[in-house]
Order: sequence, then C-alpha cells, then structure tokens
Amino acid sequence: MSDARAQQGGAVRSSATAELGGGHSIECRRWFRLSGGAVWGIAAGLYLLAEVVVAVGAPVFTSANPLTGNLEHRLLPPGSPGYLLGTDQLGRDVLARMLYGARVSLVVGVVAVAIAGSFGVLVGLIIGYRGGWLDKIVSQLVDAQLSFPFMALALSIAAVLGAGLGGIVVTLAISSWVLYARLVRGESLVMRQQEFVEAAYALGVPARRILLRHVLPNVLGPAIALASLEAGRLIVAESSLSFLGYGIQPPIPAWGNMLAEGKDYMARAWWLTVLPGLAVSLTCLSTTILGDWLTELFDPRRRR
Amino acid sequence: MTRYLAGRLALTFLTVFMALSFMFGVLHMAGDPVLLLVPVDSSAEHIERMRVQWGFADPLWVQYGRFVWRACQGDFGTSLKYNLPALSLVLERLPATALLTFASILFAVVLGLPLGILAAVREGRLADRLSNVGSVLGQSIPSFWLGLLLILMFSVTLGLLPTGGMGTLAQLVMPAVTLGLYSLGRVAKLTRSSVLEVLRADYVRTARAKGVRETTVLVRHVLKNAAIPIVTIIGLQMSGLIGGAIVVETIFAWPGLGRLIVQSIQFRDFPAALAAVFFTAVTVSLVNLLVDLLYGFLNPRVVHE
Repeated sequence: MSDARAQQGGAVRSSATAELGGGHSIECRRWFRLSGGAVWGIAAGLYLLAEVVVAVGAPVFTSANPLTGNLEHRLLPPGSPGYLLGTDQLGRDVLARMLYGARVSLVVGVVAVAIAGSFGVLVGLIIGYRGGWLDKIVSQLVDAQLSFPFMALALSIAAVLGAGLGGIVVTLAISSWVLYARLVRGESLVMRQQEFVEAAYALGVPARRILLRHVLPNVLGPAIALASLEAGRLIVAESSLSFLGYGIQPPIPAWGNMLAEGKDYMARAWWLTVLPGLAVSLTCLSTTILGDWLTELFDPRRRR
Repeated sequence: MTRYLAGRLALTFLTVFMALSFMFGVLHMAGDPVLLLVPVDSSAEHIERMRVQWGFADPLWVQYGRFVWRACQGDFGTSLKYNLPALSLVLERLPATALLTFASILFAVVLGLPLGILAAVREGRLADRLSNVGSVLGQSIPSFWLGLLLILMFSVTLGLLPTGGMGTLAQLVMPAVTLGLYSLGRVAKLTRSSVLEVLRADYVRTARAKGVRETTVLVRHVLKNAAIPIVTIIGLQMSGLIGGAIVVETIFAWPGLGRLIVQSIQFRDFPAALAAVFFTAVTVSLVNLLVDLLYGFLNPRVVHE
C-alpha cells in the first residue's frame, strides 16, 4: 500500500527531474525522496528514542511510586500540585504509572519483535531457498495461521501461557512470526534465481554459507522495515490483551490495563481514559512512520 | 476454472482443519475446564465424576478424534457455560457480527473511496495532505482507545449515543465507526494510489484529448481500472475486521462472535470457543477465496490455474 504510493512518488519526481535534465537527475531524485520521508522518519525515531530514555530512566524522571497511592488524593486532575498528570482511582501518580508502563510496551516492542523476527526470517530463508515439500508444508501452515484472526489466536495462547510479561511476549511472538516467514520466503525465492547466488552454488559453496552471506543480507532490509511496523502493531496488541484482562495484570502498570481500570471512572476522570491511549497511539504512529520510511529506504525495487 | 475452484476449496478445507486442530491443542493446554465448572467446595470424587461425564478424562488423542468426528457431522458439542449446543450458540451470534462487519466496511468504503479519489485528483494540495494525515492517524489509533474516546465524547459528555448494546441504529454507529476507521485509512490510501496510477495512463490522456468530460473520464476510465486493488484491499480488510470485532464487541457490549470468543476462552468453554473459531476461520478463508475470484473477474488478464 505504501509501496504503491512510494512508487508513484518516485515516478512523479523522476519525470520532474528528467525535465530539469542533466546527469544530476538520479542524485536529485534520491535526495528528494530521502528528504520527504526522512524528516518524518527521523522525527519518529527520535520520539521512540526519547520514550526508551524515559522508560529506562523512569526513577530519574519521577520520584513517585507507581504502585502505591495516597487515597486522600484520589482522581486529582492533571496539573494538580505534585501530580503533573493527575492521580487515578487509588490516588496513584498517573505520570509515574505512564513512565513505568512504557517499559512493558517497549519490552514487547523489542523482545517479541526480535524473537518473532529472527525465527520467521530463519524459517522463511530456509523454505524459500530449499523449496520442495518442506516449503509446501510450512507455507500451508503459515497460511492456516494467517487465516486465523490475530486476536483470537493471541487470546487463546495467552490463556495457555498465563498473564505476565513473559507470557505476553511469547504469545505475541508465536502469533506474528508467520509474517516474516512469508515475506522472507518470497524474497529468498527471488534471490535463489539471481546470478550471484547461482554462481555461488555452481562454485560449490555450501547452502548455509550461501544463505548467510548472499541471501540474508539482501532480504534483511525489508524484514527490518516489517519489524518496525510490527513493533507498533504488537504494542497495540499487548495493550489490547492487557485491556481485555489477558496481559499484564494490575497493579503492575501497563498502558492497556491502565485504560481498562480507568474506563470505569470515565465520567469523573477523563485523563485516565485519554492519557494511556494517547501514549499507545503516539508510539504506534511513530513506529508506523518509521517503518514506512524504512520500507522506502530498504526496498531496492522502490528505488527505481 | 472448475479445477481451480475445487483445488482452492480443498485448500480452504485443509486450512480450516489445521486452524481448528491447532486451537484444540492450545485450548486443552490451557487447562482443565472442569475445575471452573464445579462448585469451589466440590469433593475430589465429584470433580473426577464430572471429568468423566464431560469426557475430559480420556486421553487427549481420543478427545481430539471424537471432536473431529463430531465436528464433521456438524456437532461441536454442548457449551459448558450456556448448556446449549455450541453450534446454535454461534449461529445465534453470527448475525450480530455480520451486521457490525458490514456496517464497518460500508463506513470505510463510503467515506474512504471519495476521500481517496479527492486526494488523487488534488494531488499535493491541501485536501490530499489532510487525507494523508488522516489515514495515517486512522491506522495508528488502537480501536479500543478510539471506542472509549467515542463513548467519552458522545455518550458521557454529549449524551447523544448509547454506550453499548444492540437493537437500534444509534447503537450501531459507534461500534461501526470504531471498527471501520482503520479500514477507512487503508481504503483511502490505496484508492488514492490506484487512481493516481491510472490517471497517468495513456488511455486517460487520450480520453481527455478527445474532449471527454472530466467526470466521465473519472468514472468510466479511472475508477473502473482502479477498482482491482481496491476490491482486494476491501476483501483483506474483511478478514481483519472479523478479528478486530473481538475487541470492539467487548467495549460496546455487542452480542457477537467476537465477544463469545473472549468469554468462552475466559471460561474455558471449549465447545463454544472451537465452534466460534471454526466459523471465523471458514468466513475468513471464503472471503479470501471470493476476493481472488473477483480479482479474476475484474481483471481478465488474471488467469486462474
């Protein structure tokens, strides 16, 4: 979808630069294309970096305890003295809970994506390169899992693995590795027919070495771009699961369970509904923008 | 064509079977539902008797064989929670989800299509940029938060719409918008890029050169040719919507399949969960098949082999 847009963007610019003429056209085009998505992409990256900093350094940014509150200070609105973002129904500091809650999202975004990504890429590489019956069977399994609503799958796996951060990370990794496998399988099918791969094969280079040295580097770019898009999707999925009560359990703060608890006080305390959701949305928005930019940057077909 | 269709149907059957088997295994790993069914102070003998009665005492492969055998005959067992045939429970909930999904896709298409066309025709101008920002935003806002925000705004603050339930048109508005916004973004974005692509085609230039009116060019030449990717994305969105309904139905207390899935997994109501999952998997697979067939119909250059 964004690829189509990118292609068109490229087409428009190429005709524009062609009119300008001269040997600069390729350079110009590349520079122009970079400047468009790059500004937003880098801004999104910086935002995510800032989020990592405040999540890791949460105790530095707030001295409040995210788990214990002062019942006399229940449901104070944002801006109240001592509580920048207000307090929740138990008098806990919302800012502190948001900062510590960011840790959950970031662990999910990084660890679950890393597990799913590395496993999916490995499987995709092997089945795409080998082909044959192994490819048929695994591809069929991948399709079966993809025809399954993501949330239903995640819910049932989460029910097996139990609540908690470890369970959630594994749940999301199991639910999402197939996307990488499918993507990389396709790319590695294409790669297999490339001349340099055939040449390496003809020279007697072992399959493992061909995969690692020749195929993997060429499929890594799209996989990284997918990983960025997936990070946002999994962070949303984690907060959805926590919201439904299958993820991180209270009182440990996560944006999803903060929303689930806060929604009961919606009429009196809008900030308990608005703030955690805003954090999830901004994070997801940033990874999407970053992912779109990376997709554009990495995919050689879109550079034409 | 017949052979292609038969092959695809066989694959669909296989896919659904694998999905169902996987779900069976996962659910049974989640633990014994009998403990949730009997009173807390039940004796060990009573629990054991119930386990035998419900068939949970047999080895897993026996239970699996029995499940497959009965499922082939259309019997998914009796819901442990509602004490009703699981199949009829699911069939009862199906229309609600179908209505919600249909309303969402309608919302996404009715708004997304014109927005995308507008953005393409006014490429680079304000309308284009606004619709681009809107579609990115629409795709990033998690549905459960959007749903809560809508409730906060239209139910709690303004008092215009009911917070949940099903029955009146007013109750359909917020769930459909919540579920459909993501698809709206996708449809608008894809419509824009497809229309842009066609707008540059030679036959469009020819039509304009002949002096054909701009609206006619848009409808006759551009939209007809841009329809192919748009139909595909609508089909793909359908399967996403069915999954998304799980969250949205829970927020708005919409009595559909999604809510049944959440509740039955929570309650370890295996028969109901498996029956519900069976229907979702079948629907998603059939929608995908339909999209592929429609694709060939819209674009005669695609040959099904």
